[in-house]
Amino acid sequence: MIQPNGQAPTRAATENQPDITGHFGDYGGRFAPEALMSALDELTRAYESAKADPRFQAELAALLRDYAGRPTPITEIPRFAAEAGGCRVLLKREDLAHTGSHKINNVLGQALLARRMGKSRMIAETGAGQHGVATATACALLGLDCVVYMGEEDTRRQALNVARMRMLGAQVVPVMIGSRTLKDAINEAFRDWVSSVETTHYCIGSVMGPHPFPAMVRDFQRIIGVEARQQVLTLAGRLPDAVIACVGGGSNAIGVFHAFIPDTAVRLIGCEAGGDGVPTGRHAATLVAGSAGVIHGMRTYLLQDDDGQTLPTHSVSAGLDYPGVGPEHSWLHDTGRATYRAVDDEHAMAAFSLLCRTEGIIPAIESAHALAGALVVGRELGPDALLLVNLSGRGDKDVDIAARWFGLVTDNAAGDGAGAGGAVATTSGGAGAAGGAGAAGSAGAGNGSGAGDSR
Amino acid sequence: MSAVTVAFEKAAADGRAAVIGYLPAGFPTVDGAIEAALAMAHAGVDIMEIGLPYSDPLMDGPVIQEAVHRALTGGVRVSDVLRTVEALAGAGVPALVMTYWNPVDRYGVQAFAADLACAGGSGLITPDLTPEEAGPWLAAASEHDLDAVFLAAVSSTQQRIARVAAACSGFVYAASLMGVTGVRDAVSREAEGLVGRIRTATTLPVAVGLGVRDGAQAAWVGSFANGVIVGSAFVRRLLDARDQQAGVAAVTDLAAELAAGVRSPAARDGASP
Repeated sequence: MIQPNGQAPTRAATENQPDITGHFGDYGGRFAPEALMSALDELTRAYESAKADPRFQAELAALLRDYAGRPTPITEIPRFAAEAGGCRVLLKREDLAHTGSHKINNVLGQALLARRMGKSRMIAETGAGQHGVATATACALLGLDCVVYMGEEDTRRQALNVARMRMLGAQVVPVMIGSRTLKDAINEAFRDWVSSVETTHYCIGSVMGPHPFPAMVRDFQRIIGVEARQQVLTLAGRLPDAVIACVGGGSNAIGVFHAFIPDTAVRLIGCEAGGDGVPTGRHAATLVAGSAGVIHGMRTYLLQDDDGQTLPTHSVSAGLDYPGVGPEHSWLHDTGRATYRAVDDEHAMAAFSLLCRTEGIIPAIESAHALAGALVVGRELGPDALLLVNLSGRGDKDVDIAARWFGLVTDNAAGDGAGAGGAVATTSGGAGAAGGAGAAGSAGAGNGSGAGDSR
Repeated sequence: MSAVTVAFEKAAADGRAAVIGYLPAGFPTVDGAIEAALAMAHAGVDIMEIGLPYSDPLMDGPVIQEAVHRALTGGVRVSDVLRTVEALAGAGVPALVMTYWNPVDRYGVQAFAADLACAGGSGLITPDLTPEEAGPWLAAASEHDLDAVFLAAVSSTQQRIARVAAACSGFVYAASLMGVTGVRDAVSREAEGLVGRIRTATTLPVAVGLGVRDGAQAAWVGSFANGVIVGSAFVRRLLDARDQQAGVAAVTDLAAELAAGVRSPAARDGASP
């Protein structure tokens, strides 16, 4: 990168670290208001110091073990795998971590860091609500004030998580501007932070934002892959042929990928939200269909129009409904070390159903995108393949959306939800998720029991 | 020398601060914004900042967000922003573009600089681009003789202020309070200290923005800064107006009030409002 002072960075980006100014190749960096630059410098210093401090690392490790329930297990899922060309499929069970997803790994790290920096308040953005719940949880644990920004559209599709956050003592602020989803919640959290930076830490929930967030959140999440790599070796006696994860901002994916980056024979495959299908334009498949630009403090791929305006996105999954992606993924995409594909709503919901019915595990709809990817990759690689899928979260929060999608409830029994759509099979699905997509909904419902054969 | 630099020198020769007004392009319409901006200049605004409407304005408060949202909903394009600048420059009004970075990045930094210079624009103010990431823009600005205006903040260390000031041309934008755009009851007491810290790092003019809304505040800020930047208060008047004519009249009144403020005795003796 060009340095305005004419000096080259003293440490170049390697496969494991960004350069000292936070660049992964051309991506990352800091595109942030000057008002935040001192705070970002302070955070970078505090994190570097904490990373090297055995007491900090020991406290975090103890919390991850005794509070969050790590290490999470891996589970082999043969009945599901039968639909994936008969290969072996292993799940990394982040759904079993406290609060129900991988988000707790990052939040515990950042909450300890906030306390270390003397901040009394933590703010966060949330899409599906999983990061918001994790942040509210950590704030309750450490006695920090907590405010969570959430798009108004998302507060309706994830009403249960709003209640969970409030139960944990957090203030949830519905964001009523723009598209009223995750990207607008991030804008609003940045606006809060610019005004409150002296007392407040912004706990970004994914491997995104200005440096040091992408590398720091990655470091807090990489425990997923560190554990999983050892667990797979122990269970199967060899490394997997592919590691598969869903990608919104990309924190669970980077978390499970990172320890495998040096294992060049292991395919790293990210599954983005294909929504109604990439050709329809109603999707959130940033790396598959986007272009490089700047959003939310980082240079990365994003979905934008010819004028550089952010495009509206769509996914049945609120947690993947984001027009950007973490900069390290952009770099892995360009270098080819990881590959990314789109999984549309219909196939994600089919895989969701298949896992429920074959293995007795209800996944988060986000994670179901990775499961759908595994069904395809398994057939591509054949019956001898060994796949590791990161099951990033559990699906309790999605029961209402899924019940509508599959037509399992009547209107009255479905509760408030997204309101507009009916809950019967003919108009379910997309309407319950994001206001549309009736046709895909019907198709998904029809595939309830034979999901693996649907493509 | 840019038209902006000339305007600061002219104000300094008059013994007063320059008045800098902000409006987003395309609000209420492209032509409506041009008419309002020309009226502001006629009533005493020395320099116009034209906002490039962007879908994710994370430094802006509700007033500017609303106007920008309406401009985008109305279909404003980057080409309309350049047309707005051209209309102002053609009428002899010094004009800068205030923009978040992605639209320029998408247009291409070199192409944007060339087209902005061609339209008669003086430069860019970049609220989410700091000197660290500005290498390509600084090269293009230098090539096309455009001003690169970066922000200094109350939270900036002296080391950062030095770096920001060294990268600036035209003037330094002192973001005088910690927060997003929008009018405040009082301009931050920290504004004067920030201007003083910037002055130790540069001889460029220093203009204060964020929170200024009336003639009395302009007079006070004008007592220690080279420029007074007013945005949300103008936009608010356009938002509240029942029609274009009333909007133009309202921004004209405010422009005249600010122009009188920076010329008032209070602006010379520095009495805080």
